[in-house]
Amino acid sequence: MTESLLFFTEIVGMPVHDLKGRRIGRIRDVALVPLVHPSRIDRFLVGGGLTWLTIRHDQVQSISLARGIFLAEEQLTPYHDDEYMMRIGRDLLDQQIIDVNGRKVVRVTDVTLEKRANGVGDTLAVLEVDIGIRSIFRRLLQGVLPPRWIRKLQQPIPPKSIRWDKCNVVEPDPLRRLRLNISYQKLEEMHPADLADIVEDLGPAEREAIFETIDSEVAAEALSEVDPKMQVSILESLEPEKAADIVEEMAPDEAADVLSELEEETSEEILEEMDSADKTEVEELLEFDEDTAGGMMNTEYVALHENASVPDALAALKGNEDLLESLNTLFLIDADGRLTASVPLARLFLASPETRLKDLGSETLIHVPVDEKQDRVTEAFDKYNLLTLPVVDEEGRLSGVITADDIISVLRQK
Amino acid sequence: MRTLLNRFRFHLAVFFAVIGPGFITAVVDNDSGGIFTYSAAGARFGYLPLWTLLPITVVLIITQEMCSRMGAVTGKGLSDLIREEFGLRVTFLMMALLVLANLTNVMAEFAGIASSLELFHISRYISVPLAAAAVWVLVVKGNYQSVEKIFLFACVFYITYVISGFLVKPDWKEAVIYSVKPVLLLEPGYIYMLIGMVGTTIAPWMQFYLQAAVVEKGVTAKEYAESRIEVIVGCMMTSVIAFFIIVACAGAIYSVRPRDIQDAAEAALGLRPFGEYAFLLFSAGLFNASIFAACILPLSTAYSVCEGLGFEAGVNRRLREAPIFYWLYTLLIVIGAGVILLPGFPLVQMILLSQVLNGVLLPFVLIFMILLINKSELMGEWRNSRWFNLVSWATVVIMIGLTLALVGISVRGMH
Repeated sequence: MTESLLFFTEIVGMPVHDLKGRRIGRIRDVALVPLVHPSRIDRFLVGGGLTWLTIRHDQVQSISLARGIFLAEEQLTPYHDDEYMMRIGRDLLDQQIIDVNGRKVVRVTDVTLEKRANGVGDTLAVLEVDIGIRSIFRRLLQGVLPPRWIRKLQQPIPPKSIRWDKCNVVEPDPLRRLRLNISYQKLEEMHPADLADIVEDLGPAEREAIFETIDSEVAAEALSEVDPKMQVSILESLEPEKAADIVEEMAPDEAADVLSELEEETSEEILEEMDSADKTEVEELLEFDEDTAGGMMNTEYVALHENASVPDALAALKGNEDLLESLNTLFLIDADGRLTASVPLARLFLASPETRLKDLGSETLIHVPVDEKQDRVTEAFDKYNLLTLPVVDEEGRLSGVITADDIISVLRQK
Repeated sequence: MRTLLNRFRFHLAVFFAVIGPGFITAVVDNDSGGIFTYSAAGARFGYLPLWTLLPITVVLIITQEMCSRMGAVTGKGLSDLIREEFGLRVTFLMMALLVLANLTNVMAEFAGIASSLELFHISRYISVPLAAAAVWVLVVKGNYQSVEKIFLFACVFYITYVISGFLVKPDWKEAVIYSVKPVLLLEPGYIYMLIGMVGTTIAPWMQFYLQAAVVEKGVTAKEYAESRIEVIVGCMMTSVIAFFIIVACAGAIYSVRPRDIQDAAEAALGLRPFGEYAFLLFSAGLFNASIFAACILPLSTAYSVCEGLGFEAGVNRRLREAPIFYWLYTLLIVIGAGVILLPGFPLVQMILLSQVLNGVLLPFVLIFMILLINKSELMGEWRNSRWFNLVSWATVVIMIGLTLALVGISVRGMH
């Protein structure tokens, strides 16, 4: 461990000396002002006597583990709590933050600071957040043994830290979030399933803060991965407009599932705020009993007229680009909307342009009625090795599709 | 009418959704140590101690309610909150004490398993290793939902005490009278017994377990009304079971010849003259209670420690993801069960030590709880009302006093 690295817990309690070398007090806390600089320690808070004083970063001459802090200037201002300050000791130490790379919630035990000499004086920058046994060991011995001894003793324990730029602080208060320049952009880049795991580990206030702020599309994807019971409490905690934005972005079948779990009043409030197209779709699905094919299906499918050709199919796919990621079957319907065939998507690649889709259809057409029981539906998937199963109404018209991932969710819940 | 019915149905559904933590915590309070305390009280003093159950229930409800409320509102465990509000050093000290206290408690539970199965002529060298392995596998291989279902199922088995209480045919009239009529004898033995009964009512681990379980269950502030009912019903059930244990021992042992008993197994033997079933049920109940607590204590300890110190925890995580959690859990079981098999191990001293450690820890836990639940930035509108604060501070002060008295008695007994 070189001298250029200092731990926050070593800084706390460090003596501060004025120009004449007199001790004026000890460090109580240090603070970032994220709006000014994301990692540089901007203020040092010194406690001497009854009041605390604030030292600006440019008023510091030198910082060292052995001798403490020497000032370059003595015009210190009394400390007053301002909203733009993220105090390491108060706001970060012992609190939970999100490790974006490790994709989990961790608790801060210590903070590693890097000393940088810029010619005029020393400044400190937050380098890493320490978690794990080494930092716990260090903190327990702080004040009991001299810092140098502790540094020697902790050598054999492997360090465990997270780089500061890979940390995401969670702040429930929206105003404070702005003032501290906290964003959840890093979270939006995570896989939705990982994000879901993270929010499950957080408290309700933090959870709400994240869903309130992140992009609705990401929020929708993450929300569908969250435990059903928690989905309900998240949606109930959000403003109806924001909840509606998120629900709109969810797959209609999942949206209907969540809404059916909510209290009627809340789900109606959310439906009220939704786009009319999405709303009708979801409302239709809400009509079905949850344990039937109708309750399981979604309406995200691509259907073409039975006389359509391969180029028609390609055109239809171009028009439904948002569905492509999970699409594996096309459906053919007659003029009345009745299901006549299903075409595995892969067959399109081998077909010549003039082929009619009808000729590419699967040999046997398997489908279930909307009121088919859940057990029978899962049975059909197993028996026929299906990826997608069309659902038809009493007249044989295509109403929706059930996909393998719906089945996996159903089976997992048992 | 229809909407009323619907609303009732909704609340009933919510109730079943939140059921678990409160019941389990309260019921496990009657572990092998608790059963011994109640049996001894009934065997020595008959129906006289029954009146203490009422205040015990109240105290239990007040403390448990606060924990489950904190869990539901903050979504964080008690050790999490202590860490966030009081810092690492305090948390570390508390966790170190908690591990020691719970380790000795685990020993007591495995001793309960051993002695209850010895009543069925099963050697402890078979029963204890098997029970330890079963406990370990249950939690490591299961997930929280299934484990909780098994725990709830174990709660049902406490009915054995109710049945054995009836089989003994105690004097119900006396039982009812002394349930509401406080009797204070100025006899050291009686006062020790009272202190023991109330002092063992609240153990530190219960607060940690309950709050963590409420969080794990995902109970929200909105569902809290149902959760509160669950806690209250659970605490009452616990006292009902304690009532039947005391009554059974009063009817079977005290009415024949009042005497001191050495362990809960002796109480079970005392029931034998009143029929094989009374004896069997009482012993089976002891086994159930012991193994149930032996499951929960190591789990809850490992959980609280990892939460408080910031290590990954939870039965839904893999060994590789949460090594400290699993190691701590395993060690608690291995050591707790292992010492029971050592000939000449000073078990009685260990159990007294566990009471001392619990007693040292409890005041801090209770005081931290009240401080936390009054923080408006944590609890908002859910913090204690002034009236409730008065009651809970009074409870805490009384509990601390009684616990410290128990510590005094235990320290004397250790020499």
